[in-house]
Amino acid sequence: MLFARRHHSYVPALAALFAFGTPAFAEDIGDAQAGAEVYEYCSGCHEVGQGAENGIGPQLNGIFGRPAGAIEGYNYSKGLVREGKNGLVWELDKLNAYLENPKALVSDTRMSFDGLETQEERNDVMAYLRQFSDNPQNIPEAAPTARAHEVVLPPEILAIVGDPEYGEYLATECTTCHQVDGDYDGIPSITQWPQEDFVVAMHAYKVKVRPHPVMQMMAGRLTDEEIAALAAYFAELE
Amino acid sequence: MTLNRRAFLGTGAAAAAALSAPHVRADNHAGKPKVVVIGGGAGGATAARYIAKDSKGEIDVTLVEPSRMYYTCFFSNLYMGGFRELSSIGHSYGGLAKGGVNVVHDWAVGVDRAAKTVTLAGGAVLSYDRLVLSPGIDFVDGAVPGWDVTSQNKMPHAYKAGSQSELLKAQIESMPQGGTFAMVAPPNPFRCPPGPYERISMVAHVLKEKNPTAKIIVADPKAKFSKMALFQEGWANHYDGMIDWIGADFGGGNVEVNANEMTVSIDGEVTKVDVCNVIPAMKAGRICELAGITEGNWAPVHGATMQSRVDENIHVLGDASAQGDMPKSGFSANSQAKVCAMAVRGALTGSKVFPAKFSNTCWSLIDTDDGVKVGATYEATDEKIAKVDGFISATGEDADLRKATFEESVGWYAGITSDMFGS
Repeated sequence: MLFARRHHSYVPALAALFAFGTPAFAEDIGDAQAGAEVYEYCSGCHEVGQGAENGIGPQLNGIFGRPAGAIEGYNYSKGLVREGKNGLVWELDKLNAYLENPKALVSDTRMSFDGLETQEERNDVMAYLRQFSDNPQNIPEAAPTARAHEVVLPPEILAIVGDPEYGEYLATECTTCHQVDGDYDGIPSITQWPQEDFVVAMHAYKVKVRPHPVMQMMAGRLTDEEIAALAAYFAELE
Repeated sequence: MTLNRRAFLGTGAAAAAALSAPHVRADNHAGKPKVVVIGGGAGGATAARYIAKDSKGEIDVTLVEPSRMYYTCFFSNLYMGGFRELSSIGHSYGGLAKGGVNVVHDWAVGVDRAAKTVTLAGGAVLSYDRLVLSPGIDFVDGAVPGWDVTSQNKMPHAYKAGSQSELLKAQIESMPQGGTFAMVAPPNPFRCPPGPYERISMVAHVLKEKNPTAKIIVADPKAKFSKMALFQEGWANHYDGMIDWIGADFGGGNVEVNANEMTVSIDGEVTKVDVCNVIPAMKAGRICELAGITEGNWAPVHGATMQSRVDENIHVLGDASAQGDMPKSGFSANSQAKVCAMAVRGALTGSKVFPAKFSNTCWSLIDTDDGVKVGATYEATDEKIAKVDGFISATGEDADLRKATFEESVGWYAGITSDMFGS
């Protein structure tokens, strides 16, 4: 099986899980507390916990045992829908493979993430996510995951209502690289990105907290209103 | 949407709106305003697509492009280096046709600016309210002594992608062991400033594998070139001793070629070569000259709208235009096309016009997973398109960043071609 062939260096707990096939508790997979930190890689796009909603990525409550591409109302890549139809279910081995190299498992996924290199990180983050799946545990009474914002924006900036018509024009500058239909070929999709996340990310580029020179340059000359207009446009884009 | 339109026109509010709408000129043509776009590359295809898409059928858009399959000049060096298949840089115009653009595969051979018509080689005459010229480049006659278009099979330019790219690649691959590849580089300004040097990198990449004792000579009429420090660092790292770049200070501009003898004379020294890539000095595609809108080799434009400074009914995009600070690149042409599309719609249908914003980024590949980039943003001033801000990759960057830069360029290629061709 894919998992066994590709990975040779499991931590013992994970190997034991497979060897005995017994239902495991979160702590058997890895360190959920350490996983909460690893999860910060994910939390820019995925929410998990009580009240979690779909964002750039689908919410991850109950991810264990869920078929791929299965959340109603979330606009998945064609690849994930296809794999879901092909029978891909997010069990430990599949999730592990996906976390190691998303595009290796689902070649045309839109998840713009290079993967977690070490088995330890993957185990920990899976242990963390396992807490929010009701099999074998019930979803605990936990606060929604705190989202580590890269910049703290005053409410008046977040409150700016963007003009989607202006955003449509400004967006033509984005679509030279970011494909409107959401395809990912090396440059991440920004289509249907929730507005607040979009605004925060663009301001993070603007003040050069996010480290990409093209994006720093592009964001650098956008006004607060223009960023809001772009966010409004891309959030609504079909 | 006939039904909606009829319903809409039936209301009093609509009548009032129509009265207050900006003055729309369709001139002496009956029916919808007409736009003719000449040239289906990064400028023309994008402009045609955006005008058709955003006017939602209110403007008739005709694109005149002789090729049925368009090979992008950008990434054609990667094809030469073996990083892309030729088919992966070829694009048909079906997506534009489906998007409402009338695609005509023919040559535009004349523009009558008084009558506002374009004549095609096939005899058809197209009338326009606005004409968009995006013909790319042609070569300046006699720019490289000894070379003209009849020599291009022996000494390919490969600066318009397609058959020329295939030819040059085949010649590189069949060079004798230890042979010599020569490039005659063009003077400024020219299409794709890093292009010749990315090509040298790709040729070196192929030769390093197949023909490691081969030599590369570059005769360059310039003393410096785009991303020079990055390329020279990369050449030293990957292809040490293989590439001999002869700049203006060492007679690189004093060149003559002989295609029959396969010799190149650089500052009086004659060298027998096995492959010679001659990239002559460039000028605006000839239709600009025929339309009478050029000054010198290029067609000057107003940056805010990309309108010709000679004729307000004509817009010029991309390589053919003289606009100011933007490099002649596919990215620039695509960026200018969007400003132009907005201005054309504003003029013909009264749609809202926002201030022009331009940008450009050029990625170059030096060797496997060793990508670099340079970019800038621009705005329109009364005089020109002026640079606002920019960046360039640094020398000494780590391998992961260079790999990420290359991967980003692949993403950009997918992005811009879907933005151009709508597919």
